[in-house]
Amino acid sequence: MAKTLDKVEVLTVGVGWTGGIIAAELAKQGVQVVGLERGKPRSTEDFQHVHDEYRYAIRYELMQDLSRETITFRNHRDERALPMRQLGSFLLGEGLGGAGVHWNGQTWRFLPYDLQIKSKTDEKYGPDKLGADYTLQDWGITYDELEPYFYKFEEMAGISGEDNPNGAPRSKPYPTPPMKETPITQRFKDAANNLDLHPFHIPSGNLSESYENPDGQTVYQCQYCGFCERFGCEYGAKSSPNVTVIPTAQDTGNFELRMHANVTELVYDGGKVTGVKYVDLQTGDEFIQPADVVVLTSYVMNNVRLLLNSGIGRPYDPETGSGVIGKNYCYQILPGANGFFEEEKFNTYMGAGSLGAAIDDYNGDNFDHSDVNFIHGGVATITQTGQRPINNNTVPNGTPNWGQEFKSQSIKYYHRVLSVGAQGASIPHRDNYLSLDPDYKDIFGQPLLRMTYDYTEQDRNLHDYLSEKCAEIVKEMGADTVEPREISDHYSIVPYQTTHNTGGVIMGGDPETSAVNNYLQMWDVDNLFVVGSSAFAHNGGYNPTGTVGALAYRAAEGIMKFREENGQLVTARHSSKKV
Amino acid sequence: MAENEERSTMSRRRFLKNSSYVAGGAIGGGFLGTFLGRDLLRGTQQNSNGENSVNDFNRALMHFTRQSDFELLSAAVERIFPADDNGPGAIELGVPFFIDHQLAGSYGHNDREYMQGPFYPGSDFQGYQTRLKRHEVFDVGIKGIEEESRKEFDSSFTGLEGDQQDQILQKFQDNDVALKGVTSSTFFELLRSATLEGAYSDPLYGGNGNMKGWLMKEFPGSYMSYIEEIEEEEFINKEPQPLRAHIVSE
Ligand SMILES: Cc1cc2nc3c(=O)[nH]c(=O)nc-3n(C[C@H](O)[C@H](O)[C@H](O)COP(=O)(O)OP(=O)(O)OC[C@H]3O[C@@H](n4cnc5c(N)ncnc54)[C@H](O)[C@@H]3O)c2cc1C
Ligand code: SF4
Repeated sequence: MAKTLDKVEVLTVGVGWTGGIIAAELAKQGVQVVGLERGKPRSTEDFQHVHDEYRYAIRYELMQDLSRETITFRNHRDERALPMRQLGSFLLGEGLGGAGVHWNGQTWRFLPYDLQIKSKTDEKYGPDKLGADYTLQDWGITYDELEPYFYKFEEMAGISGEDNPNGAPRSKPYPTPPMKETPITQRFKDAANNLDLHPFHIPSGNLSESYENPDGQTVYQCQYCGFCERFGCEYGAKSSPNVTVIPTAQDTGNFELRMHANVTELVYDGGKVTGVKYVDLQTGDEFIQPADVVVLTSYVMNNVRLLLNSGIGRPYDPETGSGVIGKNYCYQILPGANGFFEEEKFNTYMGAGSLGAAIDDYNGDNFDHSDVNFIHGGVATITQTGQRPINNNTVPNGTPNWGQEFKSQSIKYYHRVLSVGAQGASIPHRDNYLSLDPDYKDIFGQPLLRMTYDYTEQDRNLHDYLSEKCAEIVKEMGADTVEPREISDHYSIVPYQTTHNTGGVIMGGDPETSAVNNYLQMWDVDNLFVVGSSAFAHNGGYNPTGTVGALAYRAAEGIMKFREENGQLVTARHSSKKV
Repeated sequence: MAENEERSTMSRRRFLKNSSYVAGGAIGGGFLGTFLGRDLLRGTQQNSNGENSVNDFNRALMHFTRQSDFELLSAAVERIFPADDNGPGAIELGVPFFIDHQLAGSYGHNDREYMQGPFYPGSDFQGYQTRLKRHEVFDVGIKGIEEESRKEFDSSFTGLEGDQQDQILQKFQDNDVALKGVTSSTFFELLRSATLEGAYSDPLYGGNGNMKGWLMKEFPGSYMSYIEEIEEEEFINKEPQPLRAHIVSE
């Protein structure tokens, strides 16, 4: 029998960036918040022996324990979905700080075009640019409305950056100056300038100088140690929830953190959510934690799964296009080009997770799409994140991947390859969605989340285009051999791509086609907020977390409003066409 | 706030302590030649073969029960990562011991992975789907290599010429060998990636013997900071540092 605990005002399911931001913002204003996090506690003290590629980058020490729960995956609806038995394509976070502990820190704002992608695309290119199978939607909020929240996130995290002529307009400069210029970033910028593009430094959550944020938390200066993404920072120099919002919440005395607390279900009475059920993973004890407001901050997979397993919201049906939970799952495509340099060696083993340079000339609607058969684009970057030897063995095409020739070539080119890669936007398609798996269960006997996902024509066309553009830059950088990347026949769950999963509980202006309003409040359940990239109506051409952070600040404001006003915070705009 | 202050003082103290790692690092090539022949760490010894090894006591078997299987594994990984002009191969680097030890632990037993049934073969895009755990996959795979060698060349794998061994391994990679419970390409990919992991992981795991994997690749291992060097135009070849250097005696 689950033990029922005393009611709390607000609880978050998961304590990563989103849970931490909600906790800090509410606790600062005197609200009692409980954070339920299923993983371990961890802080800078735990990262003093972290420079171990095998343990952290290959065996994924800081990421989700899949023996308890994973997802199942298939490319198409007519296939049997099978469990993702090992981490690969994306690396799910687990433990205090979530994936914010081991992210790179590249911190972007989605473009004004992104937030109104449907109207702006239709307006400029007509309503049939992609066809009806692409379930493109506006986000129910404009960039101007969201701008202050972007800054809140950047100011809290101390982001180091500089002006980007093709980026979203800013009301204030970045809180800290950009990261260092290196021969590699300089080489990219020179080439981009020669091609009449507009290069700039990647906005970075690895800070260029020590910074005290408005909450009094200090993030230290990055040392370019080369063990950043997939690792925790041994200096507290990578902005993470653990060195910012979590201590801020704790300092108020209004935040109670419960670790090893795995939420299995939301308690739903058909009108509102009265609390959650969770299991203490160390004792096996079950609890019901009642709350006035429940905030799902457990990343895309669990945000969607907990709703479906608790019977909340209308599940998406790809056959009819009706329903919303699980709809518009998007990911990312990774066009790019490798350049091999015969005469030069670069210090590629040094670096930081967000050290690099970028161009936005091929992102969003920054170029005309009238004559191409796709929309959107992506940021193209060169990064210097610290290449470690197990994971980095790039060899020219046609080289075998073992044996003497492989050994020689992989050693020869280890410091002689520079790549330019793009983060291609991912446009929703009716066949790409999330649902419950009919067969596979987690350790508690609850259905796993099932992902049905494959590349679309839009993805392939955009991929070809961006790979070619990246190749032009690499060539201009002076590479002796340039090899553009090709997209695989189907999306594969095996090789790492990005942990930029989005959608499933999308925001919008119309409850028929979206799950949450622009405060990330569920249309169907007033006291339930679902926060994270699950709210993205499509995935833009950048890493997601700058936008996720902005939405979390917006949601925190919504929760404060809800405590005063109750009910829905936004008036629904019903489309004439019911689906 | 007291707690806050304490945290930042600690971080600063640690920062200062850590910065001592920054020192050193010569510019230009030459470490490979300089260091291959001698020990990089206190406490290392030469073993009877004249090889450098940090500690001989853990060069014993945790997973394999028959030395012949271990020798087959050794021969196979040496073909994947052979000794050549660049430097030592998998055997000298200790890769077979690395793999044996990993198979005995959480890697070999897929501890943090989803291993509930039902099991189906799956498409090429769905990843690992065998019910066998890695240690079982290796057992099945090594037995399969031996059988295939006898079938193809009428000889034990360890008795074959290098290019014959390659032919056998290639068949495994191409999924041309039927194994029980797992595809031969799944086994080969595990073997291939474990070989690279053993060659290039921190020497604490028993591979990358005397950091010679890193020396070959000119990877300096674990340094705490490159802030003073990141802007340099020249390639900087640094003496590698293992994680052991992080154990500070206070
Ligand atoms: C290697 C890597 C590099 C990345 N680099 C970048 C980058 O450069 N830029 C960028 O923008 N983004 C990057 N990301 C993505 C970024 O890390 C995420 O967008 C961000 O951390 C998501 O925050 P979140 O709070 O939504 O989710 P998470 O950080 O995943 O937090 C969710 C938390 O909820 C917990 N949880 C889940 N289910 C339950 C449950 N049922 N009960 C209790 N707790 C639960 C989890 O344990 C987890 O701690 C990267 C990710 C990875 C893995
Ligand atoms: S590169 Fe910088 S931010 Fe990243 S882990 Fe190293 S010191 Fe920390």
